[in-house]
Amino acid sequence: MAKKKTPGLNTQSTADIAFLLLCYFLMVSTMDQQSGLVRRLPQMPDKNQKTEDTKVNRRNIIIVKINSSDRLFAGDQLMDVSQLKDKIKEFMTNPNEDPNLPEKEVKNIEGFGDYPVTKGVISLQNDRGTSYKAYIAVQNELVKAINEIRDDFCRQNFGRVYNACSEDQQKIAREAIPQNISEAEPKDVTKK
Amino acid sequence: MPIFKRSGKKDMPELGTSSDIVFMFLFFFMVTTQMRSSEVKVRVHLPEATEVAKLERKDLASYIYIGSPNAQYQGQYGTEARIQLNDSFKTTNDIRDFIAAERDAMSEADRQLMQVSIKADEDVRMGIVTDVKQELRRCSALKIMYAARKAGQ
Repeated sequence: MAKKKTPGLNTQSTADIAFLLLCYFLMVSTMDQQSGLVRRLPQMPDKNQKTEDTKVNRRNIIIVKINSSDRLFAGDQLMDVSQLKDKIKEFMTNPNEDPNLPEKEVKNIEGFGDYPVTKGVISLQNDRGTSYKAYIAVQNELVKAINEIRDDFCRQNFGRVYNACSEDQQKIAREAIPQNISEAEPKDVTKK
Repeated sequence: MPIFKRSGKKDMPELGTSSDIVFMFLFFFMVTTQMRSSEVKVRVHLPEATEVAKLERKDLASYIYIGSPNAQYQGQYGTEARIQLNDSFKTTNDIRDFIAAERDAMSEADRQLMQVSIKADEDVRMGIVTDVKQELRRCSALKIMYAARKAGQ
């Protein structure tokens, strides 16, 4: 049987077609990296339910305020954003068992054992006139403080930084050093 | 003796592989990029932050833009910071419908994981952001993200 020669396909134009598609996708799509600070908002209190004040001990709470001219107060102390991190770190770790800093509660963490977990809560308050930039800068410092404490914890117990740890270890670190940032109900910090 | 011998037959260089290369490019862009969902009509210059986390699943995110309207809309909407949902300017009262619509578009399993990304300009005041936050709490869309640029970019 005579071999039938298959005719060659003309494929020159596929490159053009692919180029057209490529240009189309270049025009309609974006490549920007989506990143930001992740937060969880508190549940809206039920209207029918009586709001029971969960009395947090005075020493367990630090109030971080930003007023309408972007001035920062942490624990009734005027300070710069750069000082906030150390203040928060001191507050959350309480290395010297200072009676004015938050108490600790020994909790059993699964897969790790007992660890004194701080009961400290950071309460962030802002004014309606606060600029978003200042607000994010403060939020960022708070996260940074927590992250550094977690890093220290991981380095002590697992010998590497938080990000290098395994999923389980990160979970333990998250439980041992909770990120208790409460964004308070809106109210005007500065009186009119 | 010539180093590059020209075969007498071929006048045209071989183009067969170029389409493969272009297709490769095409797939690369299709995988790494995402479709531009809506035209941003407000000025959004994100604030800087160092401790940012990446948005894990873009398909679960809804975006709320807050900023002052762009120049061509200022005649109509003024220069005060406005909220943009999808493609139009809205007020805080419309957020409820927006969230409900976004929820409906998701599959049952994903609804719990829905995340709202607040993209606010660094110059807006917290008043409007607080209003948005309160409204989100009322709609129980509690997972939010303050969009921010990684510092030094």
